[in-house]
Amino acid sequence: MPEAATTFDVREVSDQTRVIDIKGDITAQSEDVLMDAYGRASGDGVSAIVLNFTGLDYMNSGGIGLLVTLLVRAQRQHQRVLAYGLSDHYRQIFELTRLDEAVGIHDSADDALAAAGRS
Amino acid sequence: MSDETTEMPASEEQAAARDATNWAKSVSRLNVSEVPEGAVNINVEGRRLTSPIQGFGKMWQKTYQVRIPADRISNTDLIAVWKQRFPAFWPDGNNFYGPLTGIEPGEVALLNMSLPGKMKLSTGVMVLYADQESFTLMTPQGHMFAGWITFSATQVDENTVVQAQVLMRASDPIFELGLTLGGHKQEDQFWQHTLTQLAAHFEQEADVDTQVVCVDKKRQWSRWSNVWHSSAIRSTLYTLRAPGRALKRLFKRDRAVA
Repeated sequence: MPEAATTFDVREVSDQTRVIDIKGDITAQSEDVLMDAYGRASGDGVSAIVLNFTGLDYMNSGGIGLLVTLLVRAQRQHQRVLAYGLSDHYRQIFELTRLDEAVGIHDSADDALAAAGRS
Repeated sequence: MSDETTEMPASEEQAAARDATNWAKSVSRLNVSEVPEGAVNINVEGRRLTSPIQGFGKMWQKTYQVRIPADRISNTDLIAVWKQRFPAFWPDGNNFYGPLTGIEPGEVALLNMSLPGKMKLSTGVMVLYADQESFTLMTPQGHMFAGWITFSATQVDENTVVQAQVLMRASDPIFELGLTLGGHKQEDQFWQHTLTQLAAHFEQEADVDTQVVCVDKKRQWSRWSNVWHSSAIRSTLYTLRAPGRALKRLFKRDRAVA
């Protein structure tokens, strides 16, 4: 398989909240790195995973599928998934695929982290 | 005075162009521009799209794959053929009424599917995404499952790996029961047949590698009311009312002649 042109860095912003900084493309080939990042982010007591899309270059339908899978894994752990940094285009894709009904979308990191803190 | 026009880097321009052409435009409800002869549009017009998040049943990821030597067909050429002749590889008795423009993002296709017991199901799909190496069809409310199917081809070593991957939940409790009682097996056979026929088109006898993963064992009971949109129920009612519609047409024609 072609190597994923993506990096997912995990930041601990509080005991309950982790941010995954996405850089590059999200496609079906990103599965291993994305799920590895989720594994690193999802520790004991983590109740919110915040996806930072500011560095996203491109996402195809395989990438959206991966986000659905990540969402299910998070829900199983009783974690909320939030997002910020989405371009207008990808906001529309989240609406089209109705992912926005399960992922809290925010305009900025501050908004997302404040919402995560309320969870 | 300096010129303050900012230029987008070439890579960002390319990404923006891909975005604009590969994804469907946002729609709140589906619109069927033209209903081809023989197609039935009772479960598509005005419906919303549904992702696995809106479905009822367990969530499954099913992957079907075949390998074709790359010197026979490249991945991009294969996808071009698959888009162009999409229904040609399906099992008999199932019809895909695609738009004349072909498989393009945002286009809606009507489906007439054969189910066990000679039951006919009228439903549809929208092309969510399409590029040179893949395309994705997403289902509307009332379809047997909520989710999407991605068809793709990638070059791996000396082979073109052709894949159909379904990410789905049964839409409602009736379809969940149906899938459990043989529907999953029928769906597996459907895509295995499709990939076998596609490989045969390129003169390759291929075994279909099938992987089924239950992504979420939980059923979403809060979605039971999806049954209201069930294409199975509505298609059955439509079939039962066929004699009445025929009489009505006859009556109208006689009155016009008189």
